[in-house]
Amino acid sequence: MTEFEAVIGMEVHAELLTASKMFCGCPTTFGAAPNTQVCPVCLGLPGSLPVPNRRAVEFVARTALALHCEISPRSIFYRKNYYYPDLPKGYQVSQYGDDPIGRNGYIEIVVGGQTRRIGIRRCHLEEDTGKLFHVSPQTSEVDYNRSGVALMEIVSEPDLRSAEEAREYLVQLRAILTYLGVCDGKMEQGSLRCEPNISVRPKGSAAFGTKTELKNLNSFRAVSRGIEYEIERQVAVIRAGGQVTQETWRWDETRQVTAPMRSKEFEQEYRYFPDPDLVPMVFTPDWVQTQQESLPELPRQKQLRFQEQYGLPAYDAQILTETRALADYFEAAAARHADAKAVSNWVMGELLGRLNAASLDISESKVTPEGLAGLLDLVANGTISGKIAKDVFEEMFVSGKAPEAIVQEKGLTQISDEGALATTLDAIIAANPKEWEALKGGKEQLTKFFVGQVMRATKGRANPQLVNDLLKQRLAS
Amino acid sequence: MAELHTLTAHELADQMRRGAVSAREIAEATLARIAAVDERVKSFVTVTPEAALAQAREVDERRARGEALPPLAGIPIALKDNLCTRGVRTTCASKILDNWEPPYDATVVARLRAQHAVFVGKTNLDEFAMGSSTENSGLFVTHNPWDLSRVPGGSSGGSAAAVAAREATLALGSDTGGSIRQPAAFCGVVGLKPTYGRVSRYGLVAFASSLDQIGPMARDVTDAALLLQAISGSDPSDATSAPVAVPDYMQALRPEVKGLKLGVPREFFAQGVAPEVEAAVRAAVDRLVALGAEAEEVSMPHIDYAFPAFYIIAPAEASSNLARYDGVRYGLREPASDPTTMMERTRDAGFGAEVKQRIMLGTFTLSAGYYDAYYLKALKVRTLVKQDFDRAFERFDLLVAPVTPTVAFAIGERANDPLQMKLADVCTVPVNLAGGPAIAVPCGFHAGLPIGLQLMAKPFAEETLLRAAYTYEQATDWHLRAPAL
Repeated sequence: MTEFEAVIGMEVHAELLTASKMFCGCPTTFGAAPNTQVCPVCLGLPGSLPVPNRRAVEFVARTALALHCEISPRSIFYRKNYYYPDLPKGYQVSQYGDDPIGRNGYIEIVVGGQTRRIGIRRCHLEEDTGKLFHVSPQTSEVDYNRSGVALMEIVSEPDLRSAEEAREYLVQLRAILTYLGVCDGKMEQGSLRCEPNISVRPKGSAAFGTKTELKNLNSFRAVSRGIEYEIERQVAVIRAGGQVTQETWRWDETRQVTAPMRSKEFEQEYRYFPDPDLVPMVFTPDWVQTQQESLPELPRQKQLRFQEQYGLPAYDAQILTETRALADYFEAAAARHADAKAVSNWVMGELLGRLNAASLDISESKVTPEGLAGLLDLVANGTISGKIAKDVFEEMFVSGKAPEAIVQEKGLTQISDEGALATTLDAIIAANPKEWEALKGGKEQLTKFFVGQVMRATKGRANPQLVNDLLKQRLAS
Repeated sequence: MAELHTLTAHELADQMRRGAVSAREIAEATLARIAAVDERVKSFVTVTPEAALAQAREVDERRARGEALPPLAGIPIALKDNLCTRGVRTTCASKILDNWEPPYDATVVARLRAQHAVFVGKTNLDEFAMGSSTENSGLFVTHNPWDLSRVPGGSSGGSAAAVAAREATLALGSDTGGSIRQPAAFCGVVGLKPTYGRVSRYGLVAFASSLDQIGPMARDVTDAALLLQAISGSDPSDATSAPVAVPDYMQALRPEVKGLKLGVPREFFAQGVAPEVEAAVRAAVDRLVALGAEAEEVSMPHIDYAFPAFYIIAPAEASSNLARYDGVRYGLREPASDPTTMMERTRDAGFGAEVKQRIMLGTFTLSAGYYDAYYLKALKVRTLVKQDFDRAFERFDLLVAPVTPTVAFAIGERANDPLQMKLADVCTVPVNLAGGPAIAVPCGFHAGLPIGLQLMAKPFAEETLLRAAYTYEQATDWHLRAPAL
């Protein structure tokens, strides 16, 4: 049977973290009451005129540079003309043609231990539309708070070959955007939206298959699942002798399937032309260089540095650098505790596990990097056992108290007093003569039983190594 | 003392300064004049007597406190009804706006408010400023005060007629392809289209954004300069307004044209210019030469293509600018069961024939497959026209031409001949494409109807325009004639 491969290109829209909208002074705060963050400009009232937000232009140029794009020396705003109730001017100010702010860049992703470069076709600036709510079959309401919010569009080349690659591309892209501080990357709130173009073709073929566009992917999970589903669907259609038609599909989150949206009856005619209300943006080489030089350390650079500087595996480095806050957290803890791999294990394991379970962001963690480092110090110097450390961590996570205080308060210090442990162990041997005989008779699994009993008797505070040693002594005698 | 409504702005300002007259008296005289003649002239879409009297009262209170007031304080001004006025309906003479009240003032309106000017009302125009006679107004036709059976020109016909009929001391118009100068010529008043970028467009309801410019209409050059001074200057709300310092235009008002080089481009006299218009304009050139200027014929080879290029570019921009009138947020709404049908019905019912024609034309020329052949080519022609002007201004300070090929035509005469109608703008369109300033001043009469002289200058050379126009005006008395109403 023919094997198929997927060809995926990603269109990503990122709402920029500017305090005001793209062409007016209205605030961009999420969640305000409908139509309270509007003015003549973003409502498209007759006579109003747009004035570009300088910071938004800067954000896109910096992103373009971080994506290794060329910056167009002269970049123009176009009008994309179409009618829709959420589009107050009857056109969207966007960019078009061969002079977007950035073009011809790439992102490096690592999937399955392989590093791949995914091409970036363009990185441009546009304005967002309002939001339509269908409240009944007869009535729709429209909220223009989002109208005119600065939106960056990043279009990749069709270089992605699997759902996993697509997901990783998005993870890396989001990391870059949040590192630059240009987008908060919240897919659930719609501030980062992605629309993959998906087609399949027989493996080894150079021609492209017919693509479909997938919408409504509001989480990384949805991106993976949706793309996987769509790839399988297309392969099934072709295997059944059918043909994929070019249309837009929608990911149905509740049913976990893709479903076709109303297909377009005719090709949209957007009548793009340069917006005469706006003047061209001119980027001088000096300005571009200044921006380039002031870019922060980006996720990929940081990954490589983490591997080098802390001796971390690539996998750890990739996870820890997904957001700047997480990377900063790790580095702050690693600066205070010498065993970086232990820090990494705890951050990736306990900390992220608890944060995800509680739907909290790293910035909301009550466990500070200092606290985590302190906890690991207590384990390393034998004050507490690894098992107790997990309980202490839980307490820290809930109350935010320092580990030393918790250990003190609850008397959780590890018992390394040989005499006291010997007494406890001997009492347990005396109470379980049958098991003791069996152990002595060579049933080594019972070692665990005796160590476990001691741990239980000491509420986990016994130094397990010491208990083991004591047990061996007694078996040998 | 002459009746107050017959005085110019600088005369009224003088009288107020001397304490001879109050702002209230001026406002009352003007409102009385409107009440007396506007039934016949029909300059105004909206008259705002209460607001005008309130503004006048404030001026008088300030005067009583001994405050030094700006030059236009207390001066009655009419605003073309495509300029947004907070809380006062702005119709663009279109049914589709359906008595829409803007929640904001256009920048020019705000600047005049800051000067304590007195707004008497909003004037009629061709719907969305598309036309040359006000016959395309979706509301009614304005009449030429010199002959009520004739058009006042357009699209700023209401503003021109109001100034000519002494219903307002000053008025603002907007000029995309001649919409200030052509009606000024038809009505025998002064009209100035400033350099593109000289005056903020914020709050001017757009027709063709790369061409639109707001400018003064007045009874003489001094008044035009006063009004230009008040509205000029860059505006943070308009990205296309130019960060160029505004000179003191009053300093330009001196009778001095010695050595001034006038170019007389023969293409502007070529087709369809009536002999009486050509004669009057050439006589005006002779007068300026007699006053010390030097004149020479010049050829601008691409001028003939300016008109067709304009009729590609302006409708293309308009088709996009007018897309917002969809019945969703404001203005007219024709209900339907789905949004697309609602939008279609609303636009069908709300726009007049001329506007629809231009929207369709512009939609066509911007469409994929036609863009290069039409819109892009028109932009290239525009560059060539601009280069013709640039070259001419290497040799000349000013270019001299007629404003219109004929005097005002009769209402209805060209209604069924859209090409003849549009040819009324053939002499005014080129400089809009080039971007420079131009002024229309009265230079004669034919059969009792005014003829206009057009002077064009390079970008931001409004002072040269004003100086030459002022010199000519001081040596003639065309501007002193008034229509009998």
